[in-house]
Amino acid sequence: MVEFSLPKNSVVGKGKSVKAEGAKNTKNFSVYRWNPDDGKNPHMDTFEVDLDDCGPMVLDALIKIKDEMDSTVTFRRSCREGVCGSCAMNIDGKNGLACTTAIEDVKGDIAITPLPHQEVIKDLVPDLTNFYAQYASIKPWLETQSPTPEKERLQSPADRKKLDGLYECILCACCSTSCPSYWWNGDKYLGPAALLQAYRWLIDTRDESTGDRLDDLEDPFKLFRCHTIMNCANACPKGLNPAKAIAETKKMMVSRHG
Amino acid sequence: MTDFNNPLAKVRGLGSAKQGSAAWLTHRITAIANVPLVIFFVVSFVGNAGKGHAEWVAWLKQPLVSVLLILFIANFTHHMRAGLKEVVEDYIQSHGTKFTVNLLITFVCVLIAGLSIFSVLRIAFGG
Repeated sequence: MVEFSLPKNSVVGKGKSVKAEGAKNTKNFSVYRWNPDDGKNPHMDTFEVDLDDCGPMVLDALIKIKDEMDSTVTFRRSCREGVCGSCAMNIDGKNGLACTTAIEDVKGDIAITPLPHQEVIKDLVPDLTNFYAQYASIKPWLETQSPTPEKERLQSPADRKKLDGLYECILCACCSTSCPSYWWNGDKYLGPAALLQAYRWLIDTRDESTGDRLDDLEDPFKLFRCHTIMNCANACPKGLNPAKAIAETKKMMVSRHG
Repeated sequence: MTDFNNPLAKVRGLGSAKQGSAAWLTHRITAIANVPLVIFFVVSFVGNAGKGHAEWVAWLKQPLVSVLLILFIANFTHHMRAGLKEVVEDYIQSHGTKFTVNLLITFVCVLIAGLSIFSVLRIAFGG
């Protein structure tokens, strides 16, 4: 059965509290900490951050915490502008990118935990091995049968437009890890991110393997675990709608029946 | 703790079942069919509330009522089985438990359908 309560060794405890001495304009950041090497349960450390000496985004605060308060706080980050998807985490109960979430948009203390329902490597770093393998499984590349043309493969502006709202996906995993279907059956259900990417190739007019791609998805678990809960669309930091891509894929499946 | 299995091999698993869309479509079609059938069922039973046995039997013996009731039972139990199966597939991870519970659900739904339809027929064709 699905486990609705945490196992004993995963119950989150209360951790240390670090104050910002002499600061006037502060905000508390409660950060999930778990170290694979110390054998202890995870805990929430609270860091008081001086907002007068900090950038506007949640990522700025995390970097400040790591620089000035506790250098062992571990998280992924790279581009700091919503392009790479590295700093995806659960901020104040909602999945998002730390670099595009403004501190002032969150009322009260900010709780930061790793993306839900993924194994944690350390602190805010989830293990996304399965997520990436699922992306690879949908064959995210152009597949053709016809001989390679001498020049580029042409596509009308209208057909190119069909890829808008799909190609922008940065594979941050905010959507998949916000999806209850993915929580319960993440090993078999491909999840919104991989399915949005699958649809991106399904409707690409240059691709010649649409039928094979649909065959691979024609499965009660890989595709049809989606129950249109729409958490994915709510979570996506790029404003995309994976649920719609999945619905369109289901419609393509059904249209094959005649 | 270390898992040496290839992640892509795990994801691809046994491959696609090559089915799912037909069941998904049937679930939607039975849902649509349920709209008029459930309205008929509820309106009729509320309308007949308080009537005596003889009046109920006379009402049920009308051909259109019998047929609609049988269609309602068949469609409703079909939809119920599909819906419960979805819930089981969502929440039960163990393959053995999942198979057993799904089997029980199918048996119970078919039993409900069989008993109900037989009851309608018995009244419809009874003396």
